[in-house]
This record gives sequence, structure tokens and C-alpha cells, in this order.
Amino acid sequence: MRRQSETSTIISGLHHAAMARAGRAAAAFGALAAWAPAWAVGDMPGGPRVNQLNLGPGVTRIAADQAWIHNFLLLVCLIIFVLVFGVMFYSIWKHRKSVGHKPADFHESTAVEIAWTVVPFLIVVGLAIPATRMVIEQKDTSQADLTIKATGYQWKWGYEYLKGEGEGVSMLSGLSTPLAQIEGKEAKSETYLMEVDNPLVVPVDQKIRMVVTANDVIHAWMVPAFGVKQDAIPGFVRDTWFRAEKVGTYRGQCAELCGKNHAFMPIVVEVKSREDYSKWAAEKKKEMLAKADDPAKEWAVADLIARGEKVYASNCVACHQATGKGVPGAFPALEGSKVVLGPQEEQIKTLLSGVVKDGKPTAMASFKQLSDVELAAVATFLRNAWGNKAEDSVVQPRDITAARK
Amino acid sequence: MSAVLDHHGHDDHAHDHPHGWRRWVYATNHKDIGTLYLWFSFVMLLSGGVLALTIRAELFQPGLQFVQPEFFNQLTTMHGLIMVFGAIMPAFVGFANWQIPMMVGAADMAFARMNNFSFWLLPPAALLLAGSFLVPGGATAAGWTLYAPLSVQMGVGMDMAIFAVHILGASSIMGSINIITTILNMRAPGMTLMKMPLFVWTWLITAYLLIAVMPVLAGAITMVLTDRHFGTSFFNAAGGGDPVMYQHIFWFFGHPEVYIMILPAFGIVSEIIPTFSRKTLFGYSSMVYATASIAILSFIVWAHHMFTTGMPVTGQIFFMYATMLIAVPTGVKIFNWVATMWRGSMTFETPMLFAIGFIFVFTMGGFTGIILSVAPLDIQLHDTYYVVAHFHYVLVAGSLFALFAGTYYWIPKWTGHMYDEKLGKWHFWMSLITFNITFFPMHFLGLAGMPRRYADYPMQFADFNALASVGGFGFGLSQLIFLWAVLKCIRGGKPATAQVWEHAQGLEWTVPSPAPFHTFETPPVVK
Repeated sequence: MRRQSETSTIISGLHHAAMARAGRAAAAFGALAAWAPAWAVGDMPGGPRVNQLNLGPGVTRIAADQAWIHNFLLLVCLIIFVLVFGVMFYSIWKHRKSVGHKPADFHESTAVEIAWTVVPFLIVVGLAIPATRMVIEQKDTSQADLTIKATGYQWKWGYEYLKGEGEGVSMLSGLSTPLAQIEGKEAKSETYLMEVDNPLVVPVDQKIRMVVTANDVIHAWMVPAFGVKQDAIPGFVRDTWFRAEKVGTYRGQCAELCGKNHAFMPIVVEVKSREDYSKWAAEKKKEMLAKADDPAKEWAVADLIARGEKVYASNCVACHQATGKGVPGAFPALEGSKVVLGPQEEQIKTLLSGVVKDGKPTAMASFKQLSDVELAAVATFLRNAWGNKAEDSVVQPRDITAARK
Repeated sequence: MSAVLDHHGHDDHAHDHPHGWRRWVYATNHKDIGTLYLWFSFVMLLSGGVLALTIRAELFQPGLQFVQPEFFNQLTTMHGLIMVFGAIMPAFVGFANWQIPMMVGAADMAFARMNNFSFWLLPPAALLLAGSFLVPGGATAAGWTLYAPLSVQMGVGMDMAIFAVHILGASSIMGSINIITTILNMRAPGMTLMKMPLFVWTWLITAYLLIAVMPVLAGAITMVLTDRHFGTSFFNAAGGGDPVMYQHIFWFFGHPEVYIMILPAFGIVSEIIPTFSRKTLFGYSSMVYATASIAILSFIVWAHHMFTTGMPVTGQIFFMYATMLIAVPTGVKIFNWVATMWRGSMTFETPMLFAIGFIFVFTMGGFTGIILSVAPLDIQLHDTYYVVAHFHYVLVAGSLFALFAGTYYWIPKWTGHMYDEKLGKWHFWMSLITFNITFFPMHFLGLAGMPRRYADYPMQFADFNALASVGGFGFGLSQLIFLWAVLKCIRGGKPATAQVWEHAQGLEWTVPSPAPFHTFETPPVVK
């Protein structure tokens, strides 16, 4: 997306012409070959323009409002600037000792002093009114069509589609600029440092609520074309929103110092038409499904054990303990347990149905909500963990599938 | 009074204070301690400047050329810490030491030995900061704001920075106690509060700000320290803490801190403008009230540094309104200075040039301040180069220019010689021009969305960055003219009269130049 205000088109046009001449001259000097000035590239699509002077118009109403209020403030400041410094430089010119000006002896005037307290106050009130309206609009994240969670990591972004079309899609998004460009061994591209492997994809003209958090330190999720910047705070969830009005690719960068690679975790958002977005979401879901656990396939023992250890850590460890020794009198040990070491059918039944003693359910509840892969993995893990050496040491997901029937 | 001065003329104090290195290590004289402060801060200014120039060298073009990103972050962090705590703040304390006793007609500062201690705390703190570059992991790279949890991740350099800031804070608090006591208890008979020179007023208010907020900073960084080493979770959500709480505490210190660095500058400018306009300061009492209003407002605006943390609507609106209000008393000050110049009989020696330069460029920083105060717009500009431009306009062209103005204004009184006017003018014009070449393009970079504290940047930002780097080196080199001018003035020059400037008003101009070692042992009487 290339958007240029008239003035800056003219300015950058002049600039390009001048710089093109300079560029030909510079090319003659081999020593300057490493020099990489801005005129060597064009405007970045959806990112900064070459030598951009002002806020861009953006593609959301919020960004347009920000650009408007900024120009309005510039105008107000310019008027004050001209008035105050007009008086000051007039005085410097006329009231000099060298032109023989004799000093007056006034040193206060209550009326004037009240006037220049009240007038600025009124100007400030005048500025506060539109600003207040904009704050309220910016903070209204209700009635979103799509909710996406952005998580800042050192140093990349993670996206999860929480609600709306595409729900369940998730991805990590990291810098795709090659190191050789950063180190100056290759020419830098137009999108240098503002390109990623997996861009965030959203539909056009839909209200997107971004839920922003972080995993380690504070980051900030910023896309200037949307007028959005939200700190990503570890352990807390904050939200912001945008409604992009134009299809295209828009770029931003992390805006809160987050350590060594702070400058190398950009944000790229692809805004697609509604149809294209639906297509993308469906495809993405299919892709993710394909990558998901396949209960029909034959799993390697090492994979099952590794996976099972994780399942154990999140489901079983609270009672049976990390040592597998349980808590004597309350939760049985799994190390050397007869159920674990005995026939697979009994172990699978315990996992799927829980343990019932004297007609009453015990603390060992059913874990049938876990997937076949997860249950097979944890069963396999247990049959091989600690000192356990069971006869049939591998439970495959299809065994669980069979037992469920 | 001249009898008093004659009695304590130039030669008879040879035996009443130590000489050689002892004169400085055991210093209890406010003038000697002032000199120590000023030299210390100048050394820190050059050190922080070298860091800044390394940053500008790296940013001269896109890509990584000279430093790696982790070291780059150390540079930006230490540049900030050294300039704020090592250069600007001690420089103003140096001015306070030299000038306040002379301006209120006191013989010395109230607590002479504490004064010595508050200076001699500074060099160990500076060594801790400088030494932290040499430890494993290097200096802290968490930004001068030391935001948690990033600051919790740092190596031992962070602990050294925390201790350094603790020491600097203790020094500031002692200095403030000294200044407040001196001003409130040791004024010459007849000098009521509303007859005090404005520089004294601004420092009185600044000293109260320092006492109020330095302990808050100490608290914040101590919490970081215990989070780092003693298992607390003040800023760790997993342990029930909140990273944003650090920002609240830090900026409750941080915003008054920026006024700590600018109010004495207002004071210096308010002394200089009337002298060279050959008029009385316009609206003295409204200047005092405006200063006090700014100080009070500074306590209720801190969260405007945090608009993007995602605070509630009411929070944003409150902090936006409060921040905008600061424009009113600040405007009053600018108008008063212009009204002082109006229909005066102006001459433009170097102090006046720097004072006018201050008004002109500081006001531009004030305008960008208003723009940043508008919360919905700050969302775009927060943490971009726009903010970098803004605070360098108020801190370099504001505080630093005022410090230069004050130095040229009072150095004849300190050394007994006039400085070289030609060098002073070169210094001014070079500084003004190169300053703007360095920092004006940063507004454009920020508006175009270039985040601050970036070791590398997209190609589209290259030209303005190259320009800023060229300006930065020019500005750095211009300060060598200042060093030259000061050294030349110390070594000799046209002898200065007691009055020095035609229309200079105030008690400091009633003592000879150079000011004798002891002044006002018998207090003067102010009518």
C-alpha cells in the first residue's frame, strides 16, 4: 500500500531527482559502495515512506483521527510560535542598546498577566475536547468480530485466534530478514527489518480486538497505519482494537525496549478481503489439523515417552508426585504399581474410567477428556518411568481408540 | 560592607584552609565545592557525550557496523543515566553552591561538612557506573528507566547501577537539605522570601521536589534489587506482582525529576534576561507562583509516560488534562521573559544569546510536549524518536543551554576574568545549529514510526539518521570550544569588575571579582 500526502510526494519527488544525480556521482567511488542511504530504496509498502515527514493517513479511522489532531495541533502551535517569537524577534531587532533604545521601567501588569494565563487555559480546553472523544473511541474494544491474542516473546510474536472466524489458528511470527543483510554482506531490501515469516492475517472492515500479553519482559505491539500501540505486559492481558478499511500489508515494530533483539521483532499484518480471509482461515485450519496428532499412525516409543512425560506433568503430578511415589495413605505410588506393570487393558481402563471403590468414585477420576495420543503417551511413559519395566511397554493410540469403543 | 571585604582581602586566608589536594578533599567552602561539582558534571557530560556519539556512529547508516545490539542497549542506558544523574543534576547543584550563598548574602552553605560529603559521594557512584561496563554481561541495558522485568534479567552491571543511583540519590537529598536550610535560615536581613532572586526561588522549590521524589526512586530500584536477589515478586506477575507498578513508582519520581532538571534553568534565565535587557524582570511574583504551580502539577501527571500500558479511559483522560495544564504556567514564564525583553535596551553577550536560544528552542520542546500530552495521539508517538527529539529539546536546549548561559554569566565572578566573547559566540552558534541538525530530524523519524532504542532501522529512515549523526558529532565537538573558553578564562583574560555586567542586580555583584574565599561574613542589609 503506497499512500502519500501531496506535499510529501512533492518533497520526496524533488529529493529523488536530486539524489539520483548524487547517486550517479557517488557510484563512481568504490569506497562508497557500502553506503546504504534511504534513496537506494523506495517507500516500504505498508511501512514508512522514504524520509516521511508526518504521520501517514493510515487505514483506520483512529489513525486518520490521529493524523487530523496532529495537524490541528501543529497549526495551533504554529500560530502561537509566530505570535510569541514575532514579538520577541521584533523586540530583539528594535529594542537594542546598539540602536540607542532606552529601557522602559514597567515590570508588571495584572491585566496582561491574567490574560496570558486565561487565554492559554482556554486553548488547552479547546484541545482537550476532541482529544477526549478520541480516547473514548480508542478504548472501546466491545463488539469485536474477531479476537486475536498477541504474545510478545524475546524476540518474536505469537498469535492465537481466540474468537470469530479462524478460531483455533495459531502461529509464531519472527523476523525474516537474513542476517547477511543486517551485517551488510548483502544489499538491504525495501522491507528490511519489517518482514516476517508468518504475518498476522485479518479480514478487512471487521473490528479486530487484539488481546496483548507477553511471556518474558514488556514488549509493545505497534502498527502505525492502524494507529495502534499496546504494551505487552507479562502476566497481564490488555486489549486494543482496529478496523482496517483497506486491503493490503501493514507493518510495525516492537516499541518497548525488550533486550538485545528489540529492533528485530517486527509486526506484519495482512489485511485480506472477507472471502480471501475465509479461504485463508479454512486452509490454515486444515494445515493445522494435518499437523495435529494422528491417532492412527504408529508412534515411536521415544516420542510417546517424551509426550507422556508432559501429559503426566500437567495432569497426574499433583497427586502421584514427580517421583511417582505418590503420597502414602492418600495417593498410590505408580512406581512399581500393579496396575501400571500389569496387562495394558487394566491400565487403559483405569485411565478411561477412573477407579471406583465400594460403589463410590475415588480421587482417581476418569481422564477420557484427553486425546487418544495423550492417553497412550502417558500410559507408555508410566510403563517405562522410574524403575518401571513393564512387559508390554508400549501403548499405541489405536489401543486407546479400541478401548473407547 | 566594603570594610568587611577589605578585612578579608585576598591574602589573609592562606592559613585558614588546607592547600593542595587537601583543599579539595577536605573542602568545606561553598565555592570550592561548587567548583568540584561543576568540573565533575563537565567530565560526566563529556563521558555521556562519548557514549552518545558511539550511538550516533552506529546509527549513521542502517545495518550493524560498530557495536552489537546488546552493547548498543548498554550505551543508550548509560548515556541516559550519566547525563541525568551525572551531568545535569550535579551541574545545577554546582551553581547552587556557588551562587545561593552569595545571592542571599550568607557566608556559606548551612552544613559545610555535609556539603563536602554530598559531593564526594558522586565520584564513587560515577566509578560504579563506568566500572559496570567491565563486569561480565556489561553495564545495564534496561534503559535509563530500568523497567522491570527487563532490569531483573540483567547481569551484575544492573546491581552496580542500582547502588550508584542510591548513592547519587543520597547525595541529592543531602544537597537539597543544605540548600533549603541555607535559603530559609541564612538570608541577609531584609531579604524577604519575595525579594529573593528568582534563581534562589527556583532552587528552593527544586530542592523540595528532590527530597520528595528521590526516596521514591530509591524504593523502586530497591524493589528491583530484591526481586533480583532475594526472592521477592514486586514486579513479577507469577508471584503476584505487577510489572506496571514499577512504571508507576518510577514515573512518580521521573516526572518531578524532569522539572528538577528544568526549574533551576528557568531561574538562571530569569537572572540573565533582565540584566541584558537593562530592565527589571517582568512579573516577578507570577514567576514564583508559576514555578510553584509547575512543581505541584508535576506530582499528578506521571502516568502520561504510560499511556500505552493500557490504563482505563478515566486514567488516560485525567493524566491528559493534568499534563495539558502544565502548559499554562510554563507559558506564563515564556511570556514574562518576552515582556522583560520588550522595550528594553538589549545587548547580546554570550549569556544573553544562550538565554534567548534557551527560550526559543525550549519552547519548541514545549510545543512537542503539548502534542505528546494528547493521549490518543501519544499512542502513535510513544516510544518513538519523536519522544527522543522532545526530551532532548527540553533537556539539552533547555537545561544544558541554561547551564552554559549561567556559566558565561557568572564565570567572571568566579575567576575574576572576562571570558573570550568571540569563543563564547562561536560556542553558542555552533551549539545551536548542530543541536537542531541533530535533533530536529528526529521529529520526522518519530512521526514516521521509528521506535527509540533501536540498534538498526529500516532503509527509509536512513537519511534523517545520517543527518542526525553528522549533527551529533558537530554538537559534541562544539563543546570543546566551551572547554577552551572556560580554561582560557581561568588562566587569564581581561580583569572583571565587581559589577561585571552593566545592569546586573543582586548581592553577588557587590563582592569583588573573583569572589574572595569568604564572602558576607557580616551579612549585608537588603533594603
